[in-house]
Amino acid sequence: MITTANLTKNYPSDAGNVAALKGIDLTVETGEFVCIMGQSGSGKSTLLTILGGMCHPSAGSVEVDGAAIYSLNDDGLADFRARHFGFVFQSFHLVPYLTALENVMLPLAPLKMSAVEKRGLAGDALARMGLADCAGRLPGRLSGGEQERVAIARAVVNRPAILFADEPTGNLDSTTSDQVMGLFTELHQAGQTIVMVTHNPDNGRYAQRTIRLKDGLVLHTTASCS
Amino acid sequence: MRPYQIALKNLIRRPARMFFLTVALAVGLAAVVALVTLSNSMTADIEHTMDQFGANILITPKSNDLALSYGGISLGRVSFDQRELDPSVLERIRTIKNHQNIAAVAPKVLGAVTVQGRELLLVGVDFAAELRMKPWWRLTGSEPSAPDHALLGSSTAQVLGLKPGERLTISGKTFTVAALLQETGSQDDGLLFVPLAAAQAITSKQGKITLIEVAALCSGCPIGEMVEQIAGVLPDAKVSAIKQVVEGRLQTIGQLKRFSLGMGGVIALIGLLVVFITMMGNVNERKVEIGIFRAIGYRTGHVMGIILLEAGLVGLVAGLAGYLLGVGAAAVALPLLAQSGHPHLLLQWQVAIAAIAAVGLVSLLAAIYPARRAGRMDPADALRSL
Repeated sequence: MITTANLTKNYPSDAGNVAALKGIDLTVETGEFVCIMGQSGSGKSTLLTILGGMCHPSAGSVEVDGAAIYSLNDDGLADFRARHFGFVFQSFHLVPYLTALENVMLPLAPLKMSAVEKRGLAGDALARMGLADCAGRLPGRLSGGEQERVAIARAVVNRPAILFADEPTGNLDSTTSDQVMGLFTELHQAGQTIVMVTHNPDNGRYAQRTIRLKDGLVLHTTASCS
Repeated sequence: MRPYQIALKNLIRRPARMFFLTVALAVGLAAVVALVTLSNSMTADIEHTMDQFGANILITPKSNDLALSYGGISLGRVSFDQRELDPSVLERIRTIKNHQNIAAVAPKVLGAVTVQGRELLLVGVDFAAELRMKPWWRLTGSEPSAPDHALLGSSTAQVLGLKPGERLTISGKTFTVAALLQETGSQDDGLLFVPLAAAQAITSKQGKITLIEVAALCSGCPIGEMVEQIAGVLPDAKVSAIKQVVEGRLQTIGQLKRFSLGMGGVIALIGLLVVFITMMGNVNERKVEIGIFRAIGYRTGHVMGIILLEAGLVGLVAGLAGYLLGVGAAAVALPLLAQSGHPHLLLQWQVAIAAIAAVGLVSLLAAIYPARRAGRMDPADALRSL
């Protein structure tokens, strides 16, 4: 479960501090599929990076299953991300010189487990995405949909408590988008907590709850994105 | 998959990115290795050549406090009551540990004589040993070989007005001028050389030796060690290295080595900057990739390790390539630069290890700041799309 209290983020600019988040209080329950929506500049990406332990808030706190993640030092926070979070980035962000299997194995690299175990977990994750035959291919030889599925496999290979996704279908056609969102639904149905940022209202229908942001504040929360 | 494997896969699958850095480092190192190998090889060559240029060890009686002067060597004035060396020392010199390094032993007896009303310094020598020790001597006439043959320095011949084949009398004993010594520019020009036994008879020093010059081949043996060894077997003699030869040799070697080290330092600095700039560019170019690593839980140390390992591996590959290239260049250049006709390329494993380690170290040092910067990169900043 994620709980935030008075989450604030200010960015310095030439005109002084710009408030990206202005005191966000929210809770994401374990196993919930939450969609964060809002216009550009509303603060949704900032909120996702802070929830994901990648950006220190200016004020407020983030607790994950009772742990105040920003009280950890840099290495502690990195370890926390490695063990508890998974990320699906916009533009896939696969490492170009690693094969699909190696990309999926990336989050396991800092973890203490055998190479065989890592390879097995990565292979399973790829198989779940229907990409068992693409394991040895470099990202440049995969289609956009395949790359996205490799990115999702990479995000879930460490069996994270929470999966964060930023515009996961932003670079995909509608058919492939539906397939990818179908994968998210399957993960959610398997008990995965998902926090997704999206512009696309069609993707919202896959989530249980939508948090709409405007000017750094929660505008309203609804049971569906659409 | 471990973090270090990421570095390996990046280098193996994207070799072009680090190719020019590797080439730049290899070429820089090759220049240094070529210079060092050349200087070492030329040093050995010069040593070998200089070993053939006369004596480098002088043996005189220990208690002799007279300042004799001979051949540019400080020997002092000729004195009649000076102590002499016993001929048995010639045998003992050959018993030292490095006796194989002794190229020639030239005993001498010195004495002042009057010839045609002029005071001259008479030098009794073993002509065979003397001529072997002084290959630069040019004679007008024939080599002295008979017991009554004399060799005149160019100035002496001029003063006495003698030519080869003419006769001169020294203390009642008649000699034939076998040859004149062409001008050497040294004190040899003003000397009168006769066979050792004849000089001993003339100067009443039968069975005595005033001094001994030794030519030692010192490529594998420091001259100081040879001096100590000879002094060990000749406790009553003063054994010293002839400074002008040794210092001249050391100066030549030192200049070559200083030049090599200077060049090495400059090239190391340039290499450091090249690696630094390349790695900084590399880190900036891979910002997103590093952001991914950081986002999915790589610690600062993991990311630094990846960058440093890449730099270190590039350094090692460049070091190996540069060493081989440098040795090859030295092999081509040595025959053109060496003094002797058959120079030997001196390959030292220490140079190979030092060269490869130095480039690896330079690469690592230059990559520390870029690696630190990469390791401390904020994942949210790196992944601007988020």
